[in-house]
Amino acid sequence: MAAATFSDEPGLFRSLTARPAVLAALVVFGLILVAALLAPWISPADPARMSVRARLSPPFGGAYLLGADAFGRDVLSRLLFAGRVSLSIGLGVAVVSTALGILIGLAAGFFRRLDAPLSRLIDAMMAFPDILLAIALVAILGGSILNVILALSIVYTPRIARIVRAATLVIRELPFVEAARALGSSNLSIMAWHVLPNIVSPVTVQATFIFAYAMLAEAGLSFLGVGVDPSIPTWGTMVNEGRQYLDQALYLILFPGIAISLAVLSLQLIGDGLRDALDPRLAKDV
Amino acid sequence: MPEPLTTEATEAARALRAEAALLSIRGLSKRYHAPRGTVHAVENVSLDIPRGSITGLVGESGSGKTTLGRTLLRLVEPSAGSIRFAGEELTSLSDRQMTAMRRRMQIIFQDPVSSLNPRLKVKHIVAEGLRAHGIGSGSERRERVAALLEEVGLSPDQMTRYPHEFSGGQRQRIGIARALALEPEFIVADESVSALDVSIQAQVLNLLLDIRAKRDLTMLFIAHDLSVVDYLCDRIAVMYLGKIVETGPARRLVRHPAHPYTRALLSAVPQPDPLASRDREVLEGSIPSPLDPPSGCVFRTRCPRALPGCATEFPPPVAAGDGHIAHCINL
Repeated sequence: MAAATFSDEPGLFRSLTARPAVLAALVVFGLILVAALLAPWISPADPARMSVRARLSPPFGGAYLLGADAFGRDVLSRLLFAGRVSLSIGLGVAVVSTALGILIGLAAGFFRRLDAPLSRLIDAMMAFPDILLAIALVAILGGSILNVILALSIVYTPRIARIVRAATLVIRELPFVEAARALGSSNLSIMAWHVLPNIVSPVTVQATFIFAYAMLAEAGLSFLGVGVDPSIPTWGTMVNEGRQYLDQALYLILFPGIAISLAVLSLQLIGDGLRDALDPRLAKDV
Repeated sequence: MPEPLTTEATEAARALRAEAALLSIRGLSKRYHAPRGTVHAVENVSLDIPRGSITGLVGESGSGKTTLGRTLLRLVEPSAGSIRFAGEELTSLSDRQMTAMRRRMQIIFQDPVSSLNPRLKVKHIVAEGLRAHGIGSGSERRERVAALLEEVGLSPDQMTRYPHEFSGGQRQRIGIARALALEPEFIVADESVSALDVSIQAQVLNLLLDIRAKRDLTMLFIAHDLSVVDYLCDRIAVMYLGKIVETGPARRLVRHPAHPYTRALLSAVPQPDPLASRDREVLEGSIPSPLDPPSGCVFRTRCPRALPGCATEFPPPVAAGDGHIAHCINL
């Protein structure tokens, strides 16, 4: 445990980019991120402007590079703007569930008395199928972007909490924590100075995966019609809308589908790369 | 003991006894409840640690010496007994009072790797005690850390480095600086050199002696290596299976051990001269389980001179003069 998890990582970036797959994933995800950020400036058209004459125009011909949807809206522009929402939801879920997971996991791992009740709560939440729990929560909360982030954060919090609890249980018993107690440090100060810095690596890795899972789950919720309001373009709502024209315009689900796959796949690869770079015990050739 | 005392030892012992004990332990026990029974890690131990002395605590692995060291700092809560430190009963202090008391008593650990947080810079490690007790401003703490690093033989410019950039001996010095930051009166050194190379051990031991002389410290030095203890300590306590079986002035105890266990321990110390004749007392078997310690004298199952009477009760202390006490009915 000690040597591996606590190894310092001089040149984390270098060991990340040393593997071609991870480097490619970083480039792809970087491009997706930049495209989404620059959407208002690089979009060829207003993503909401309808044009009856352009209904279901095929891609790679005419004015619409990736075609137009059933309302004659530019698919490329919608894809770029939808990316902003989908990535925000993924990032939002990663941040919120990490914050909640650290709070719960630290409390459960650090204070013996809280461990049993909190661990049972975590187990109970993990016993629900993710997507069912998310559907139930969105149904209760309503389909705004914030509510989807909240619902998915609740779904993924136990994953972080479990990792944080396990790491905290180990760190709590290490001699440098005993030294801190001997010096008179408070529990809060021990958690902040000694436990937190030593759980950054596993938590970062897991947060990256949750980013990917959350984007996928958002697409799933939107596809099922229980995600964000259909008027808000996300990759998920685009797939849902395209579903009705599957026989006439495959490209309507193909392009958002590719966007989801690329984003999720690159995030997963980055997560794998981070895990290997931060924890050499798990490193393997890819 | 029939052996006459050396004048040196007599004087040393008298000088030590003239000063009151800084730490006085009476009837201290630590028991752990395990699924298969109760572990008697420390059982009814009494010990005085004279102010300004270095007291060695020796015993083999599993004898309870580390638990005793932790218990008297209340890093482990005692099951029974009394710990008086500078006249104050530690066992009755509230958490808040105990936190304040921690400024006066510190610990140096065995493992120089796991006792330093790998994610913190040296300046944050050494300043932790100052931070915990709200002592000094940022720049004052920095100056204090620089002075402490110099005192333990490191360079102040090294304070912005991380522990992994140091060797084992240097890390142990960082641990010593951390313990000294609060200017404690009493330090428990738990096997503090046993993880180091022999050449580095000597450097760190000499550093401890220097610091003791400069700061008027009292120390409990826990070790399993009698030659180290003999070099460093004024007094020695020998522990076996949770009990202290013999205590006395270091030189006297090493030259004239009274308890059969101490004799066996001493005869196991390697001698530099291969031709020197030696009476070896080799112990049979290994230390019994603290889950089920023998009745009476805990050492009787391995003692070459055990008598039927040894099983009835733990032998009362037998004084051999000059504060030399052994618990054995054969004396």
